[in-house]
Amino acid sequence: MGRVRPLHHAARRLLLLFPRPRAFSSAAAAAPSREPLHVCVVGSGARRVLHGRQVLLWWIEQMLKGHEGAQVDIIDRLPTPFGLVRSGVAPDHPETKIVVNQFSRVAANDRCQFYGNVTLGRDVSLSELRKTYDVVVLAYGAESDRSLSIPGEDLRGIHSAREFVWWYNGHPDMCNLAPDLQSTDSAVVLGQGNVALDVARILLRCTSELAATDIADYALDALRGSTIKKVYLVGRRGPVQAACTAKELREILGLKNVHVFIKEADLVTLPADEEEIRNSRIKRRVYELLSKAAIAHKGKNNNGQKELHFVFFRRPTRFLPSEDGVTVGAVQLEKTCLKDDGVAGKQVAVGTGEFEDLKCGLVLKSIGYKSLPVEGLPFDKYRGIVPNLKGRVLSSESENATVEPGLYVVGWLKRGPTGIVATNLHCAEETVASILEDDKKGLFMGPSDSKKQGRRGLLEILEQKNIRFVPFDGWEKIDSKEKMAGELKNKPREKITTWNEILMASN
Amino acid sequence: MLSRISQLGARLLRENRAVGNLASSTTSYYRGQLSRRFVPTKNILFSTATTSSDRDDGSQSKEKISVTFVNKDGTEQTISVPVGMSILEAAHENDIELEGACEGSLACSTCHVIVMDVNYYNKLEDPTDEENDMLDLAFGLTETSRLGCQVIAKPELDGMRLALPAATRNFAVDGFVPKPH
Repeated sequence: MGRVRPLHHAARRLLLLFPRPRAFSSAAAAAPSREPLHVCVVGSGARRVLHGRQVLLWWIEQMLKGHEGAQVDIIDRLPTPFGLVRSGVAPDHPETKIVVNQFSRVAANDRCQFYGNVTLGRDVSLSELRKTYDVVVLAYGAESDRSLSIPGEDLRGIHSAREFVWWYNGHPDMCNLAPDLQSTDSAVVLGQGNVALDVARILLRCTSELAATDIADYALDALRGSTIKKVYLVGRRGPVQAACTAKELREILGLKNVHVFIKEADLVTLPADEEEIRNSRIKRRVYELLSKAAIAHKGKNNNGQKELHFVFFRRPTRFLPSEDGVTVGAVQLEKTCLKDDGVAGKQVAVGTGEFEDLKCGLVLKSIGYKSLPVEGLPFDKYRGIVPNLKGRVLSSESENATVEPGLYVVGWLKRGPTGIVATNLHCAEETVASILEDDKKGLFMGPSDSKKQGRRGLLEILEQKNIRFVPFDGWEKIDSKEKMAGELKNKPREKITTWNEILMASN
Repeated sequence: MLSRISQLGARLLRENRAVGNLASSTTSYYRGQLSRRFVPTKNILFSTATTSSDRDDGSQSKEKISVTFVNKDGTEQTISVPVGMSILEAAHENDIELEGACEGSLACSTCHVIVMDVNYYNKLEDPTDEENDMLDLAFGLTETSRLGCQVIAKPELDGMRLALPAATRNFAVDGFVPKPH
């Protein structure tokens, strides 16, 4: 009985979602809370889930504050909590990593526990979690990549940008990637979003600047020996449609000792482009930055500087091998032009049948991620998402699907690789609102004989299967060891990058 | 009288803190922000101009301004903000739920506020490129949107009303989601 009321209070504490007069909430605070609500958040993954992650963190924080009976357990595939900040955010963006503080604040509450090194689907199944917890929120990110499906894609020297990012950020799954940066002077990055700009920037930035970041030491060594002088950022559409944001663009355009090449012809806009610019502040500012950069670098002498080439209106059609037959030697690009897609009023790239080869010895594909399903989770393979209604998981993608009680998704699993900015930002909050709504309706009450065990149940499962999880204080040990090692080198931290060493450091 | 003195003490402390931060801060963002905060604070110490509010408490009005937050549901909270303090900090001190995930380092837009009166908006310094970059990603952006961490209380802003963005909050930090190609 006492279970619902305190949760109503929790809902009231979510001031920004449902702001209510304060007097109300303090009255509700008096309600006793005897029945704990067991919540499990499954999270790990790519950086794109960052906003969702933050909403969740903020929600967990409010939940714990407002609901004395709530217990929130976070399980993560990595031993390092909320790995995306660690493995997704570029090392030269320390200000973005400040959000980690929010996590530490949450983890300081003993009703919130972190279980690292626990993989959903391998160490613990979804059905086990659902039997154990009242609410299961799947917040893990996309851990796989979309492929271009063009000939030659498996040639040596072609990586996904995610792999490369994980590599320089010391993600234990990618510490052995060892991309060859010494056999070529040209790298092609396919895509022009922020991840594409990140990898291009890391390739072009002075290593003396990178040395002061928490970049993995082997990556710094490899970049010091890099022979890459030219980086091509290839986009299927034009400068108006570039998918990056102004902050990242300004940063790469302002790199020291890098000459920027933008073809003036590419900057010519058509009426449809102008409308896009009018309707989007980001597009306008990105376009302005590119135009300014084109003028600023025009006619300047390129005194042995590194080169950054923006290649617009080109789509990759095949990868060509170099002389050795196994390594990539060039990317064949087809010229494109823009056409109205006739549906959403969006401009899409259409091939013109005109081809050219771009020589390179390294290709980084930044064309989008893909989510991976786990057993027992409805999954729409075609769209790469979990069918859901405002974050509530549905049994299938058909029209008469039913809601899977107590199971929610957020982030990539929820919305897949498409969507406009606003909906993406709105996404996590929507899931949180659904959970609160269901909670208000008493959906998590269940019959009294089927009380969920929560944390105790999880620990039992882990013990039975002999799985060594890394608790938050294990991460704190890793953290302090890394920071100490970093101090010796004037870096914020020296990351420990292999699974074995990380697990050892957590002891 | 006693309270005045203690206020002065608190003020001095605050300034010291600002200077300390300035010396130890590493990013240029912080520096810009703090120096901006610091300068008006100093000016006001030597200023003889009085503001339009309560006459019998002139020094009070010089040190603190009143700012009203309008929540999404229309409820209002009016707080007094010491001159020189950022709106984000003031909101936190008064339990107003303005996020500020990046702690004022211009890496997110979670402290997005909307200045409700354009006259007040015009009294603010223009946003920097860096602030605009983050405002690009703010949900429910308006012509008079600003980041709370970049709005520093000054006497001219007394009586300013700030709306918290209505539809949702914005969690865009580094991982902004680009559209597919």
